[in-house]
Amino acid sequence: MASGKEIRTQIKSIKNTQKITRAMEMVAASKMRKAQERMRAARPYAEKIRNVIAHLRLSHPEYKHPFMIERETKRVGFIVISSDRGLCGGLNTNVLKLALNEIKTWSDKGADIDICTFGSKSLGFFKRLGSNIVSELSGLGDTPQADDLIGSVKIMLDAYDEGRLDRLFLVYNSFVNTMTQKPEIEQLLPLAGEEDEQLKHYWDYIYEPDAKDVLNDLMTRYIENQVYHGIVENQASEQSSRMVAMKSASDNAGKLIDELTLRYNKARQAAITQEISEIVAGAAAV
Amino acid sequence: MAMNIHVDIVSAQEEIFSGTAEVVVVPLVTGEVGIYPRHTPLLAPIKSGEVRLRNGDDEQFFYVSGGILEVQPHVVTVLADTAIRAGDLDEAQAVAAKERAEKIMANKKTEVDYAKAQAELAEAMAQLSTIAKIRKRGKT
Repeated sequence: MASGKEIRTQIKSIKNTQKITRAMEMVAASKMRKAQERMRAARPYAEKIRNVIAHLRLSHPEYKHPFMIERETKRVGFIVISSDRGLCGGLNTNVLKLALNEIKTWSDKGADIDICTFGSKSLGFFKRLGSNIVSELSGLGDTPQADDLIGSVKIMLDAYDEGRLDRLFLVYNSFVNTMTQKPEIEQLLPLAGEEDEQLKHYWDYIYEPDAKDVLNDLMTRYIENQVYHGIVENQASEQSSRMVAMKSASDNAGKLIDELTLRYNKARQAAITQEISEIVAGAAAV
Repeated sequence: MAMNIHVDIVSAQEEIFSGTAEVVVVPLVTGEVGIYPRHTPLLAPIKSGEVRLRNGDDEQFFYVSGGILEVQPHVVTVLADTAIRAGDLDEAQAVAAKERAEKIMANKKTEVDYAKAQAELAEAMAQLSTIAKIRKRGKT
């Protein structure tokens, strides 16, 4: 049985850890609220632009944008969004596992893989793996700006434009609620367009000044927004996942402390009993 | 009763306006257009300037720095890159941005910097003109 002093130092160190995890829990809780607000604020734009794209799909554009045309898949691009920091439960592991599974299915089909990472966790993971990372962005902070991502996304879009990529996926954690985050994979390009045969009438937009430029603009914005949306959701997921993880860590530390305190008291009592019996025995001998 | 058209103005960060108007005036790259209900579907890029909504005598302004306009017969969607309520525009900031851009333009080093400064300048000018217009009408 460990001696009293040993147990005492152990309790002390666990208490210190508990203080840290509790502080992190509270920080994560307040950041989570802000991240969720940002996510909610970004939703209308995402919905509206998705509507426009849906309309566009139903129309019969005079100009077929390359983003809407399916090609034979020789090279696949993945945009993988993770957090910058750890200590957030299984969040990053889950999203990386999903990405890896999908990457494996594509490379089994003989496709090459290009990866674009957001967040230092996914960067580190794919670097260790020796994957072909074409662009990377980390340290976005708590308030990501839509224009921060333009560069990274452009690299992937340009690659697609030039035919170096034939498919583009986005992998991120979608925020279901505070307790659940679901890793999700989404095909960005080509735009999954179902040809709807039962359209009522034949129509197209007026494009000002011309169809190609407008569609280019719109598509770029759409993809950028999808990535931005992914990042914002991932951030809300990160904070809530961290909050939950830190809460359970604090709870566990509390449980450990209780156990150790009990053991410490027992050891102290045993030591006292022993001392008394020794004294009594000594007195009896005299 | 006059016919109304539904208008949504959204930016990537937030929703700015959602409601109805009789006429919407949007600055397109090719020039300003006024949209009435039952307009034919239109898709066009927006340049920096002000979006005006008119309801009878009441007019509302929104500053946009760029974006895309989608028109469906009864819905107008403005996908703005940044849209701030025109009344909230910080004039001092606009002036500072303009000066900064002019300074960069004055001693231009590379072609890229020049283009960037020009864009910044155009944006600041558009903000200032919106502010000036609001001042003149005496309602902020």
